[in-house]
Amino acid sequence: MSEYLLEMKDVSKAFPGVQALNHAQLQLKSGHVHALMGENGAGKSTLMKCMFGIYRMDEGQIFMDGRPVVIKDPIDALSKGISMVHQELQQVPARSIGENIYLGRYPVKKLFGFIPMVDHKKMYADADRVLKKVKLPYDSTKAVGILSTSQMQLVEIAKAVSAGCRVLILDEPTSSLTESEVETLFDIINDLKKDGVAIVYISHKMEEILKISDEVTVMRDGHYIGTWDAKTLTTGDIITKMVGRELTRLYPERENVPGEVVFEVEDFTSINPKSFRHVSFSVRKGEILGISGLVGAQRTELMEGLFGIREHSSGKIKLYGKELKVSCPKDAIDHGVAMLTENRRVSGIMGALSVSDNISISSLKNYLDYGIAINSEKVEKLVAEDVEKMKIKTPSGETPIQTLSGGNQQKVIIGRWLANSPDVLILDEPTRGIDVGAKYEIYCIIAELAKQGKSILMISSEMGEILGMSDRIMVMCDGRCTGILDGKDATQEKIMALATQFE
Amino acid sequence: MTASNIKKSDYLSRFTGALKSNPIIVLLVVVSIIVGFSVDKFFSWGNLGNLISNTAIRFLIALGVSGCLITKGTDLSAGRQVGFAACLAGVLVQRGNYAGRLFKSIPEMNMWLVLLIVLVVGAVIGLMNGWIISSFKVPPFITTLGTQTIVYGICLVFTDAQPVGGFQANYTRLITGRIGNPKGFYLPYLLFVAIFFGLLFWFIYNKTCHGKYMYAIGGNEVAAEVSGVNTNKTILRIYVIAGVMYAFAGYLLAAKSGGASASMGMGYELEAIAGCTIGGVSTTGGIGKVPGILVGVLVFELLKIVLQFLGMNPYYNYIVQGLVIVVAVALDVRKYIAKR
Repeated sequence: MSEYLLEMKDVSKAFPGVQALNHAQLQLKSGHVHALMGENGAGKSTLMKCMFGIYRMDEGQIFMDGRPVVIKDPIDALSKGISMVHQELQQVPARSIGENIYLGRYPVKKLFGFIPMVDHKKMYADADRVLKKVKLPYDSTKAVGILSTSQMQLVEIAKAVSAGCRVLILDEPTSSLTESEVETLFDIINDLKKDGVAIVYISHKMEEILKISDEVTVMRDGHYIGTWDAKTLTTGDIITKMVGRELTRLYPERENVPGEVVFEVEDFTSINPKSFRHVSFSVRKGEILGISGLVGAQRTELMEGLFGIREHSSGKIKLYGKELKVSCPKDAIDHGVAMLTENRRVSGIMGALSVSDNISISSLKNYLDYGIAINSEKVEKLVAEDVEKMKIKTPSGETPIQTLSGGNQQKVIIGRWLANSPDVLILDEPTRGIDVGAKYEIYCIIAELAKQGKSILMISSEMGEILGMSDRIMVMCDGRCTGILDGKDATQEKIMALATQFE
Repeated sequence: MTASNIKKSDYLSRFTGALKSNPIIVLLVVVSIIVGFSVDKFFSWGNLGNLISNTAIRFLIALGVSGCLITKGTDLSAGRQVGFAACLAGVLVQRGNYAGRLFKSIPEMNMWLVLLIVLVVGAVIGLMNGWIISSFKVPPFITTLGTQTIVYGICLVFTDAQPVGGFQANYTRLITGRIGNPKGFYLPYLLFVAIFFGLLFWFIYNKTCHGKYMYAIGGNEVAAEVSGVNTNKTILRIYVIAGVMYAFAGYLLAAKSGGASASMGMGYELEAIAGCTIGGVSTTGGIGKVPGILVGVLVFELLKIVLQFLGMNPYYNYIVQGLVIVVAVALDVRKYIAKR
């Protein structure tokens, strides 16, 4: 009997133009949480997809309980006791929780002894039992659509548990969870550990990793760097191992000098009573205003309201003292407001289109000849400037944006907005899902923009980012602005106190 | 290696790449060459002229529908709009002294005035489609399925399901006109119409804001809207342009056939969609080029002629054409599955 429940040895996988995995390895022990760390593109997801049978390995072997196994496809993986909770949840919102849990393997009974039909009674009874296990206080006949994102994630875990999984892969499970939801998730993970499940935990959040995991494996550029006992590591150690260099500064030196007030918001209230209400604040020229709060504090909704994506029922927006009427994004853009939206894939990139098209889309009117024909030279010049200025790594301007890494995609979208030379730039989670090295580059770009005199509103759920980048910090809780702190004397504790000021 | 050599090998690799990514085009061209050499009279000037005229009209319809497809929509009303435009043009362009005139109270009209009326009516139908789709968010599939039936109904009502004939001679003569020797090498005027519209659409798709917005909406509608693209207006414009193109195609088709009836253009929407898909317009949105559409339509027309020359029962055409459409889309979708 092997010491390891599952072992991947010498795994290599190449995609056209990239060696995604180069003799990578991973050893999972029963009842242990194993953190898998690395920058984006380090090969974590690829390795997991090999384990889960989504990709075929070019080389390498997988052993379970010391015996070599071949995993043909996800169904095969599930039958061998390997489950994966994907970063993007894959559920059928209109169907019940029970049906989602047993999707593809419904319990069947025979009507009149020969007509197979779904045994709903058994399915819902079983589903209720697993729901209790994952601490989700819902009846399994309810539709998945009514659940919050975090609850849907619990349904995914319930699905894994119900399949009797021995290995559970969690890919960035906490990226959209609040603190208390993370606690619940950790409780569930601890229960699963007791049952002897081996858990692979992929996350970029260092504190979580150190808190929950037993071992840490670090990967870089498809290579296996090493595995360590989590207790012996610090955040600095992990970052060093991930990037392969000492990361001297997490945040760049800022030289911006806030000037006069440029952007003012007064008593801004949503049409939705549960969303933002009576929010007032102002931003100065060349100032970075950080916007902090727990998930669900309606920060994104507020920003989308200011940008015209969502409707507001009352309140004023002023730019240079002049009131703006904003009812759609185009209005805001025409007045010199730009917004980098939270979810790059959903509302940022146009995947199949080229880098050049993605950069130029919102400023095309500036490159017209005779008022109708787009001057490709002007567009090419813009793209070349952005690629150079922001160090966008792309083979050419004609490359489809979806083939770029997250950090480079984000730079392209920042470039899209800068092409309009906005006065006010709203950044909603500008570094979400971006690896450490690229994060620093994005921070430098933000700092440079502030120095040039742009007013920046930056939502971030990462405490370090908020503290490290903001001149002032606005904290929101439950749709209200609960306080504005000066960046110099703000602390994590002060922010948390404001962020949890529920009425 | 000299600079020109590098360029040549670059073109060569691009060419082989294009062959690899368009297996269905390669297959159809190979088949038609084989058939061409094994059947008499396949390679004749008459056959070429025929192919050109047929392709030209289909190309105009395919250009119209391509904007809908690129924005992840579709237009099932294309064929009925073509038929309606053909009948409308036919009725208005009837000779004043023709005994079977449908509307005797209407005076004989100039063919260019008729064209204008037909195009305006086409634009109105397109506007209706675009308005329902963009303002009420009714899926394009359902919207155009509805307008397809409505347009057909209107066409039946006003023609009373009677065939329309007796056109002014200059109308049919001009549209079916040609340069060159009718018994030898000749080029139909329709070729130049197709070239003109091909260039126009290439310009719109590649060089104007409208074109870029169209690709952006197909690539990611939410992102396009957030980037300041007026998505409703762009979609509206796409369906209006489509309506105008169908109307124009209908006007030409009536002249080419020397008569019109309500059933004219039946199934053309599927041929147009097939031509686009074979030519690389992706059903996943945001992808599609004018030269590709031309090749797609041309190859599809070639296929029809091949079947005809093989002496196959014309009823089999439907089966073969249907298969080609499904296979083309299956291959297209495969490209994007493999990329994941």
